[in-house]
Amino acid sequence: MQNNVLSSLKEHENKLLTIWSQLLLENGSTDGITEEEESKEFTSLLLDALRISNGNNQESEEFEKVHDLLIGISSSRAKRGFSPRENAQYLISFKEAASQILSELERDPVKLYDANLILGSVIDNMTIMTFEAYMKGREDVISRQIDEISEISTPVIRVWDGVVALPIIGTLDSSRTQVVMENLLQQIVDTGSSIAILDISGVPAVDSLVAQHLIKTVSATRLMGAECIISGIRPEIAQTVVHLGIDLTGIITKASLASALQTAFDMLQLTVVKRK
Amino acid sequence: MAIIRSRLMTTTTNNKEEILIIKEQDVVPLRNRVRDYGVKVGMSILNQTKLITATSELVRNLLKYGGGGKVVIESVSNGRDNGVRVTFIDNGPGIPDITLAMKDGYSTGKSLGLGLPGTKRLVNEFDIKTELGNGTTVTITKWKNG
Amino acid sequence: MERIPILKMGDFLLVTIQVDLYDQLAENLESDLINTINKYSSKGVLIDISAVSIIDSFMGRILGNIAVMSKIMDAQTVVVGMQPAVAITLVELGLSLNGVISALNVEKGMDLLRAKMYNGDNQEQTYDDDNE
Repeated sequence: MQNNVLSSLKEHENKLLTIWSQLLLENGSTDGITEEEESKEFTSLLLDALRISNGNNQESEEFEKVHDLLIGISSSRAKRGFSPRENAQYLISFKEAASQILSELERDPVKLYDANLILGSVIDNMTIMTFEAYMKGREDVISRQIDEISEISTPVIRVWDGVVALPIIGTLDSSRTQVVMENLLQQIVDTGSSIAILDISGVPAVDSLVAQHLIKTVSATRLMGAECIISGIRPEIAQTVVHLGIDLTGIITKASLASALQTAFDMLQLTVVKRK
Repeated sequence: MAIIRSRLMTTTTNNKEEILIIKEQDVVPLRNRVRDYGVKVGMSILNQTKLITATSELVRNLLKYGGGGKVVIESVSNGRDNGVRVTFIDNGPGIPDITLAMKDGYSTGKSLGLGLPGTKRLVNEFDIKTELGNGTTVTITKWKNG
Repeated sequence: MERIPILKMGDFLLVTIQVDLYDQLAENLESDLINTINKYSSKGVLIDISAVSIIDSFMGRILGNIAVMSKIMDAQTVVVGMQPAVAITLVELGLSLNGVISALNVEKGMDLLRAKMYNGDNQEQTYDDDNE
């Protein structure tokens, strides 16, 4: 199928760009302008591809180039926090702009219809592609954040010979508990420490699930032959624990890290004295 | 706590083997094979240990209640993660009340009665099919990052 | 039949488990150990499991049995060197090995046994403490 109108779009590239950025502005996406370079390149490549293939072959080398560019634009937009709506609007506005120009160029309704049909299929195909790229971009962001969080979340500190401490910041879920337990127990083995202090000052709330995770960590530490002290019990935590009927009686709990350390000293039969 | 997970994800099998279990001495080689599979997909020591412990629990059931059977080990992939799947198939009497058997603290044998629910906590996916008189099939999957 | 060697060191018995356990082997260890305690009137048992890569509910139960049985025979059992992955797995499985006293390594285990022996008077109390 030959469609000369689509090919001739290339001659009206600048006009298309103007209409497109206007449409983007009208739809509330101010970024039509800031992305000018990208948009220019995209328009130029797409119109080239349409001219050469006449819209018949979407797998051609020229279309490959357009798709590659588009995927790049889309995933970078995802990473910069663009909304899905803005992302979709980008291509939909392009289609609108191109349709406007087509209807000015072509007077024959049948030919115009054909041209719009091809244009529609090309852009729809690209919309799907951008969405996939957008989602992938978001997923990359999420998985990178997960890695970062698990990296920063569990530092084990050696506070004294034979005493290690692990401050927990943030919520304790089951996968985090695994990391905490693994790091803590490994440190206990590596340093030969017989006392571990788990400080929960930075844990926003303790519900029965969090308590269960804490109890598990204490149990695992004891199985290894070390004792585990939980410190940083704020008044509101003590209240919720009792209200929820959570049994922490088998566990040594202290209000502050300082008093936990004092308890550790007692257990190791150490005394800290002031020099005279 | 116990939520029966039945994820309908498309998984592909990369490698597979079948081991016959008829006596207690078959257990140690089986555990070692499962470990090999875990090492091959790059599982952490902790996840390997959980998988092998789950295997050990289930193979005991297979011997004790099913009178032996076969175990299939597969390395699987769901596109996002790799893992190991182990299936225990016996032709024993089956489990009369599966809901009861999945409860913590229940046991008909002389173990501690932590078999099934405890095992389930060690793996990512746990599936059990049993029919009275026709045996039991248990499938567990442990993902590398699970 | 394969057996795990039990070494006598003065008042103590030392068991180092170097192979992966299967049920029969663990059961043999239980009865051998109790018989050996009886034979030498041992006061303490040290079981080194640092080379054991998995402990499931059955083996956990055997360890618990050994601790309680030897206690009845007036010997204290200490399990040493449990791998972190093994400890976490046991907890997930729901086994806390009540009654079993652990220590990080053989040296600390020996210290613990000696301390328990020479504090004969409050031994009962210490045991209760460790048992929660």
